[in-house]
This record gives sequence, C-alpha cells and structure tokens, in this order.
Amino acid sequence: MTLNLDSKVPDGDIETAWSRYRQKIKLVNPANKRKYHVIVVGTGLAGASASATMSELGYKVSAFSFHDSPRRAHSIAAQGGINAAKNYQNDGDSIYRLFYDTVKGGDFRAREENVYRLAQVSVDIIDHCAAQGVPFAREYGGLLANRSFGGALVSRTFYARGQTGQQLLLGAYQALAKEIARKNVTMYTREEMLDLVVIDGQAKGIITRNLVTGKVTRHAADAVVLATGGYGNVFYLSTNARASNVTASWRAYKRGAGFANPCFTQIHPTCIPVMGDHQSKLTLMSESLRNDGRVWVPKKKDDFRPASQIPEDERDYYLERIYPTFGNLVPRDVASRAAKNMCDQGHTVVQGGQGVYLDFSAAIKRLGHDVVDDRYGNLFEMYERITGDSPFKTPMKIYPAVHYTMGGLWVDYNLQTTIPGLYAIGECNFSDHGANRLGASALMQGLADGYFVLPYTIGDYLATQKAGFSDTTHAAFDEAEDSTNKRTQALLNVKGKRAPNSFHRELGKLTWEYCGMARTKEGLEEGLSKLPALKEAFWNDLSVPGTGGALNQALERAGRIADFIEFAEVKMKDALTREESCGGHFREEHQHPDGEAKRDDENFSHGAVWEYTGENSEPVRNQEPLGFRYVKPSTRSYK
Amino acid sequence: MNINVKVWRQNGRDAKGAFESHTISVVPEMSFLEMLDMVNEKLESEGKDPIAFEHDCREGICGSCGAMVNGEAHGPSDRTTLCQLHMRSYKDGDTVTIEPWRAEAFPVIKDLVVDRSSFDRIIQAGGFISVRTGAAQDANQTPIGKIIADAAFDAATCIGCGACVAACPNASASLFTSAKLFHLNSVPQGEVERATRTVAMTKQMDEEGFGYCTNHGECEASCPKGISISHIAAMNRDLLRATFFGK
Repeated sequence: MTLNLDSKVPDGDIETAWSRYRQKIKLVNPANKRKYHVIVVGTGLAGASASATMSELGYKVSAFSFHDSPRRAHSIAAQGGINAAKNYQNDGDSIYRLFYDTVKGGDFRAREENVYRLAQVSVDIIDHCAAQGVPFAREYGGLLANRSFGGALVSRTFYARGQTGQQLLLGAYQALAKEIARKNVTMYTREEMLDLVVIDGQAKGIITRNLVTGKVTRHAADAVVLATGGYGNVFYLSTNARASNVTASWRAYKRGAGFANPCFTQIHPTCIPVMGDHQSKLTLMSESLRNDGRVWVPKKKDDFRPASQIPEDERDYYLERIYPTFGNLVPRDVASRAAKNMCDQGHTVVQGGQGVYLDFSAAIKRLGHDVVDDRYGNLFEMYERITGDSPFKTPMKIYPAVHYTMGGLWVDYNLQTTIPGLYAIGECNFSDHGANRLGASALMQGLADGYFVLPYTIGDYLATQKAGFSDTTHAAFDEAEDSTNKRTQALLNVKGKRAPNSFHRELGKLTWEYCGMARTKEGLEEGLSKLPALKEAFWNDLSVPGTGGALNQALERAGRIADFIEFAEVKMKDALTREESCGGHFREEHQHPDGEAKRDDENFSHGAVWEYTGENSEPVRNQEPLGFRYVKPSTRSYK
Repeated sequence: MNINVKVWRQNGRDAKGAFESHTISVVPEMSFLEMLDMVNEKLESEGKDPIAFEHDCREGICGSCGAMVNGEAHGPSDRTTLCQLHMRSYKDGDTVTIEPWRAEAFPVIKDLVVDRSSFDRIIQAGGFISVRTGAAQDANQTPIGKIIADAAFDAATCIGCGACVAACPNASASLFTSAKLFHLNSVPQGEVERATRTVAMTKQMDEEGFGYCTNHGECEASCPKGISISHIAAMNRDLLRATFFGK
C-alpha cells in the first residue's frame, strides 16, 4: 500500500491560483450546512479560528480542548509578531516578496502554491484581527506599526508589544466564545482525543477521554480537523508548553495519515540557556530582540570576565562579521548554528555551559532607556525574573532551543491529510514552512489556515458526503474505544518504580544528542539503537498511581510520553534517510566548506511522507516531489 | 536548601480536604513549579498519588497556574505568576503553605486544580466584537491613537488566571470582567456593542456567584499582569450609562 500524495495544486499562474481554485470548490447549500457536523480538535489559533469561522458559515461544530479553557493554548505564548504583506511602510514589500522570503527561508522544501496563498491571505488576517479589536501596536498617527524579523529586508511584522500571540489567540478565543454563545459550537474542555475513527477509509469521528472524570466517549462527525500543534516536546526541554504533545497526530498516523518531514524541527536561537538538571522547560526570548540587540562572544576562548570588563575590540560580533547583509537578523537556523559553532569552539559565555551574549547597550545609548523599555519591557522583565539579571545592566545570555516543528501531518492544497475527511491545520500540518520557518510566520499560518483556507476547502469534501453521520455504534467505534481503554489500562498496569517524567527526560536527552542541532549518520544510528531499550524500560518500570476513572495527571503524561517514544523513532529515521542539510535539518556530512548547509536538490527536493504499516513492521517512506516554478532553488545566502 | 511544603490535598469537590507535608531539597535556580514536579516524581515513583496542579506554558502567559502561597496569590513576588516564582525567593528551612484558589465560583476539582469555567461564560456573554471572518475593511481605515491603543492593550493583557478573585475578600471577578470590558469598549470597533456588552457581562458575573467589589484593591495588588483597578470604575460608569440611556 502506498499513500496517495496528490497535492491538488491548481495549474496555471500562481498569482490567480487560489482565486481560480476557490471558484471551483463545491459549495454546500446554506440551508444544508447546519446538517453537517465538524469536529475540531485543539482550540489554539488555528483551531479556534477555524471553529469560529466554520460556525459563522453555518456548519455545526464540536470543538475539543484538553485545557480548562481555549485561552490556555500555547499560541498564547508567541511573542514577537505576525507577518503580512501590507507594505504599510512603503519599503517595497509585496505578496510576491513575502512568498519569496518564505520559500527561500524554508530552504526550498515547501510547496510553492501553498506558500503563495499564505502570503496572499496574510493581508486579510491583519484586517480581520484589527476589526476584532486586537490591540496591535500603533504609531502616534493611529496607524499600525511594524518591525523587522529574521530573513527579511522589509518591516512587515505586526505586533502587540511582546505578547502578539496572546492578543491574537484571545481574538480567536473571543470569536469562538461568540459562536459558543450562539449555541452553534459545542465546546468540550478538559477532553483529550485519544483515537481517530476511520470508517471505509474516511475520518468519521474520534474517541476522547474526559480528564476530570476519566470517562471515554465516542464522537461522530462528517469531518475531523486536527489543530493540535507540534511535537517539539519530543526533546523534553523546549519552548513548548508542558502539555504540548504529538498524541493526536500520532493516533492519526497510526490510522493511516501520512506524517511528513518529522526531522524538520526549528531550533530558536534566542532562548534562556539551560541552567541545571531540574529544568522543566526553556523560555524563549523573542526574535524581535534581534532588531536592536547585538549578538557577540569574547574573541578569547574561556573568557569569563563580566561582559562590562571585556573591551570592544575583544568582542566578536560574529553574525555581523559573517553575514554583513542580514547581520543580527539572519534566519533562525543560521543564527542557531552560528551560536553552536561559537560555543563548540570555546567562546561560550556560560561557565560550564553554553551561551552567547545578546547585548542592548548600543540600542540603549542610541534610543534611550524609555524607548527600549517600551519595545521590549515585558521581555526584559521576564528575563530578569528567571535569571535574576537585568538586560538594562548586563547583556542577556542566550542559547538555541527547540521551538517549532515544520514537519507534521501531510496535507494537500485543501489541508486534507491522506485520510479523506481528516484535516490538519496550523503547526500540526507540514505544508508552508519547508525546512525552516521564518519568525512571525507561525501566527500567520495558523490564522490563515483557520480563518481563510480550511472553511472554504472543507466544503469541497463535505459536499460529496451525506450529511449528519452520527452512528457511534459502528464496529469501528467499538474497536477504537476498546483499544483506547486497553492502552490506558496497560499504562496503569505496569506498576513499576519510575515516574513518567523520568522517561521523558531520558528521551529528550537522547533525541537532543542524536537528532538535535547537528546530526550525523553514526549518531542517528546510535540513537535509533538506543530507543528500543528506552521503550522497554518504559513499559516495564513505569509507575502511574491511581486509576483511569478520575483526574490523573500522571496517566495523562505517561500516555503522551509513550507516543513520543514511538514518534522519536520515525523522526530519527527521517533524519537518517534525508542525506542532505537543509534549514533546521543539519547533517554534518553535508556542508559547504564555510560550514553552511548543503542541500541536495537532485535527490531530496521532496517531502518525505511516512506511512504506518503495523506495530512490528517498518514504516514506508513515500515522496511528494516539489516543483519550483517561481523561486529557483539556490544556495541560501544571507551574507 | 530544604523547604517544607505544606500542600492542600482534596480529592474532589465535595471531599474533605487536608494539608499534607513534605520536605524537599531544592536549588535556588529552580522554579516553584519545578519544586512541585520534584515532589510529584518522588510520590509517583513510590506509587502514591501526585499533587494535582495546573500549569502549561511556564512563562507566565497562559494563566493555567496559580495557588495561594503563604496566603498570597501566586506567592510573594510582585507581578509574577506562580510558574515564574523561583526558589531564590526562599531560604533554607522555610515553610511554604500551598492552597488552591478559594471562591464559590471556582469549585475545587482536585488538590490545587479549580474550575474556572465561570470566566469563559463571562466572555461568552459578550466579551467579543461581532465581526464575521471576511467582513473587515483595510486595517488602516480606522486609525486608533497610540494612547488609546496602549491603554486597551494594557487591559487586554489579562491572562485569566483568577488570582484577582482568590485575593479578593469578596471573591469578586470585577477586575477580570472590567479588564475585558475596558479593552473592547475603548477601541472604536467595540463601540457599537458597548452598552449591551457591559450589561451582559456584568450580569453573567453576578449569576456565576462572584461577590461584589468593595474597593479593597487586593485584586490589583495580586494581579501578575499589573492590571489597574481603575478599569472597575470605568466598568461601573459604563454600566450606569447603559442603565440610564439604554442599549
């Protein structure tokens, strides 16, 4: 069996592709829309915006969140901003330029037509969010303000101080609240999806577990949308929220959805460095800081004098030196690798650890304390709260950390996975960022998918379906519920001696060491050889106290970790078989003499889509070839 | 350093709760929640029920975490959520007493986990601007002065954690409700629904069983985002206006 990877991208010129395509999409009669029921799992930016918009269109929507409220989704933590090709700054921005920057930034591993559509609808997102009352930053004249982000030479990033994700998520959350109040969306909180139900090859429902009562429930629908985020927590330490997990995507994969490019993970260059074994998560410092902050390390190795005592000529502003054109605003993958190289060569600024300086003294001198405070005040406060140091007085210490995952469930132009009726939106899918995502593009993509793409494209499928599927007595529901219960029971029955977290920490160390910022064939093979022992230890020595019939946070964690352990294997296999370096995937064997990533377009200009073939059987690697009609693949240069 | 943890355990809304004590060795760089993680890992490895508490982003923005620590919402540091509190705020031998938010409108689910869905229902009552996707004009068609936009933003930074309610002697949700009202009522896009929104959200707040505001000011003092109590005055003014001049 091989996966059907027809991307369904429209032929013809790319500028008119989306509008031509929309005209072709089958429509559902407004009177019939209410008969169709759509399940949306996850209510972050993508899920909340999709639920609200589909409900406005008239579909009956059931939305699921494992949080106590949709407002907790991790979209809320996005700091810096959202890109849109508005050209409000008159600096030469355009839809084409945003499209070009995104394809190039993704190191030519994204589908051009999807990216062009993303750039097109980016302008509508800003209009819509402003109309919702999202308090974007403004200039004194009352117009919207912009700033710059990595990988771009224009100012196209809209922001709300350092809390853009919060304000956009609250906008989507409020739109969702409006539809819940209208009783057109049924909101299920503290309800976790544990399996997908597929009937005759089509997604027809899900199995959920209520996190308070433990009750397992069957939900039937005409289509299922996953908006369940990324898998960054496979590394244990990441900037993701603690509960972020791969479970929903993984269940879908095991039911037949192709999983694309799992080795593409983004390592964000500016995070607070790791400070000890106890650490439970890493905190991001927004990329926007690189607008005014200068990155440097001491020229001398092992130089641990306080920053203020290192004179100017003994500092190496290495990003400005190596990449004079983009300077401190090179894309994330480039900045991260440069920081790693500096530290590997002994120029770290953290004794016994790894880190580089991000210095604001020049900006404070140039702009004054108040302007810097206005731009970055909340980030500086956050930094000080965690480290005890004020960036107004000493440079920040930063180091790269896992932040975002470009890989995800494979989707076509409609955002439909390889299972008809199952859709994936937001970080959960793989489509738009290629091998590296540019800053301020995650919010853009989540909202593009949710507000402006899925609500149209889902109609094309629903129009072919008989409305109102509700048969939860079907044998497929029996089987899915049964396997969910067995799984829960298996976790409870191990009755070993180790807390779930201890396995997660071990898995994280393993994936970071062998499949982190730099990867090698030998390392990946070693990592893969160590996974089975970890899996075995997990299933022999796990301790989950309590029962499945009540609030049991250890059980929740254990289930997610079990899936991460399985997922890590496919992720490493993907990294091993992609014999090239591109974007966030850096294979040490494949680099240019100057250390830059060396792509292999002849052999790897494709999406690698993994197909589940059974519990004890090797997954199959399928390929979706990528064609580049507009942006000719070249070696990325930010010099 | 050693910390004595005295934590509230309660197995369900109607169960009788009690304090449970643990002593744990920590380092100053640890966050408060990482200390609880350590206690839990120990409990779990011994097959004992871990302390249930909510948390997610651990960077002070999702609003999931929160507890009374030695009688203070989110602990002793100003403008800091519980996840951002670090053990360097304590010294060897200190005792921390950890309790859930206590308010009638926030029933305890288990240990430190409470049900804050009443906040969602207040938002559902009118905490939005009724605009359909696709119906908006160009964003720069409606300029908003920087001062107004900044003030709206300040109100909109509420994270919905519930510390204001827990700190208030009346368990009032006035700060939460008024912050959302101020955000939406102060921008031009929200003007049309201003009166109906104010009436609906304040009504829902009362129905949820929150108390009245009697100007103690504990809410502002405990708010991790520093949201100003002046929004409550603005809410009352808008409510008065809506009552006298209609919707």
